Amino acid sequence: MATTQAGIVPRPDQAGVTPLLEVEDLHVEFRTRDGVAKAVNGVSYTLHEGETLAVLGESGSGKSVTAQAIMGILDSPPGFVTGGAVRFRGQDLLALPDDERRAYRGRSISMIFQDALSALNPVFPVGWQIAEMFRVHEGLSKKDARKRAIELMEQVRIPAARERVGDYPHQFSGGMRQRIMIAMAIALDPDVLIADEPTTALDVTVQAQIMQLLADLQRDRNMGLILIAHDLGVVADVADKIEVMYSGRIMEQAPVHDIYAAPAHPYTKGLLESIPRVDLKGQELSAIKGLPPNLTNIPAGCEFRPRCPYAREICKEQRPPLAEVVPGRFSACHFAQEVLEGDIEPVQQ
Amino acid sequence: MGRYVARRLLQMIPVVIGTTFIIYALVWALPGDPFAGRCGARPCPAAYVAEMTDKYNLDDPLPIAYLQYFGNLLTGDFGETFQGLSVGEELLRAYPTTVRLALVAIAFEILIGIGAGILAGLRRGSFLDNLVLVSTLVVVSIPVFVIGSVLQLFLGMRWGIFPATVGGDASLYNLILPGFVLAALSLAYVARLTRTSLAENRRADYVRTAVAKGMPQRRVIGIHAMRNSLIPVITFIGADFGALLGGAIVTEGIFNVPGVGNLIFRSITARDGVMVTGAVTVLVLVFLLVNLLVDLVYGWLDPRISHG
Repeated sequence: MATTQAGIVPRPDQAGVTPLLEVEDLHVEFRTRDGVAKAVNGVSYTLHEGETLAVLGESGSGKSVTAQAIMGILDSPPGFVTGGAVRFRGQDLLALPDDERRAYRGRSISMIFQDALSALNPVFPVGWQIAEMFRVHEGLSKKDARKRAIELMEQVRIPAARERVGDYPHQFSGGMRQRIMIAMAIALDPDVLIADEPTTALDVTVQAQIMQLLADLQRDRNMGLILIAHDLGVVADVADKIEVMYSGRIMEQAPVHDIYAAPAHPYTKGLLESIPRVDLKGQELSAIKGLPPNLTNIPAGCEFRPRCPYAREICKEQRPPLAEVVPGRFSACHFAQEVLEGDIEPVQQ
Repeated sequence: MGRYVARRLLQMIPVVIGTTFIIYALVWALPGDPFAGRCGARPCPAAYVAEMTDKYNLDDPLPIAYLQYFGNLLTGDFGETFQGLSVGEELLRAYPTTVRLALVAIAFEILIGIGAGILAGLRRGSFLDNLVLVSTLVVVSIPVFVIGSVLQLFLGMRWGIFPATVGGDASLYNLILPGFVLAALSLAYVARLTRTSLAENRRADYVRTAVAKGMPQRRVIGIHAMRNSLIPVITFIGADFGALLGGAIVTEGIFNVPGVGNLIFRSITARDGVMVTGAVTVLVLVFLLVNLLVDLVYGWLDPRISHG
């Protein structure tokens, strides 16, 4: 890596660099019997080398679907990408034929999933499933691939990797299974790793270990990491940048520390206020009232308006675009400036 | 594993005793005189009746007679028919034919059943899928003797594509038509089972993982989805093989296959209780053993099943 040779390499100004991964105006819809569900509606984000991007949102906000569209693993039908681009080092993956696109999966971009038990094949040993990456992509012999699999299992800190390489997924604990998923995903040293709620199904203590492992691997390999989560707390320590999604659109985008200090969107504000905090012990936990909109029938105006405590007349009529509030921070709210500065009163209901 | 097999074998003992006793009791409890019509138009001579009564312990109470019979079984002696034929030898003669017929039928189930199931499962809702669904439904709805007679009439006699009857020469080629008829019902079931299982597994998370790993499509389906989809199918085919080894009375009858089914049918009509009891005892044993084998294979196919 460049850093080891040159000592300290200043982080290049990323404005002029081709981003590692660029999602632009992505649209995904699910054509179901009950109608067309617009799951992703014009999402754009960029990921640079060595950067960790956290994508936050409730279930159904489109964060996982965006990731699946990037990977090209949407269930199709019913899911269809209806517009936009996914560029990896400038190459639009959506424009590639299937077999060329396949070459990017696992090798350039790889992904780990929420539930490692169902994401691993139950009838093959874990070592076989990791070794498969080397055997299929690099044509390694069974023996060599197995050796590499053991090395990887050691890298993701699975104890007694050599003895456990022939075990099946159900013989591991949840945390160990997620480590195996991670080992498989980083096998070919991908440039981008997408982790779709990698710790949601795990115990709190194990969650921290997995997040630490991901952070370490990301740093050592200088990967771009997209971390999908529904919990702000989980990603706070590792993310550089946060995208907050709601109803298939990005509501707020900001460097992680800025967002925690002062959110610029009422939805982010609501999310932050709904995290239990030690200093507010004994007080009632605030929650965002209501439910996300039905994706087959997203209301006109601002998607968040029905649940927004600050909603005004204009929110009913105009959908606020994602716009820069202060340099480096974007928010899709008519009153972003006021929310950021805490200069707006809730409307009496 | 060894302990599991031992336990299963021990469990077979009461099953075998129970089934053989029920069969023995039922066969000898059938109404009517076992000697009626045995000796042509005249009643049997008293000496013959006395000898036969003694030979088959007919005067003893049922449990005693059964115990004597079962004791002989344990030494491998299946007894003799009224005509003095050795039951063991008759079974040995008939069994290879039935095994061959069962193998032909299983081959059809695997080739056509799994094949059609895969094609249908990969393209759900397509013309092919509907064709498989409708044709299997038709096959399931028609009684075996109708399918058998119709195929025999057209493929065997009218068009002469396959031999219409088997007779003494039970070669694999001669067994194609009866084998297919025997397989028809299970074949339809195998096709549907494969289809559902594959269609379901294609949506599984681990299949999505395989795609995300950059595996080629044929590997995703052919290895990751297929291996899991075939677990219930292979289990079913195995159990069906056990049932097929029991002989097929109707199919063997239609095509005149000299197998166990035919033997049992003839023995029942001839009121040959010894033969029926012996044959059925063997069938029970074979069925139990094949089932044990299927369970072992199942544990091997699906590592989540443990035979602890």
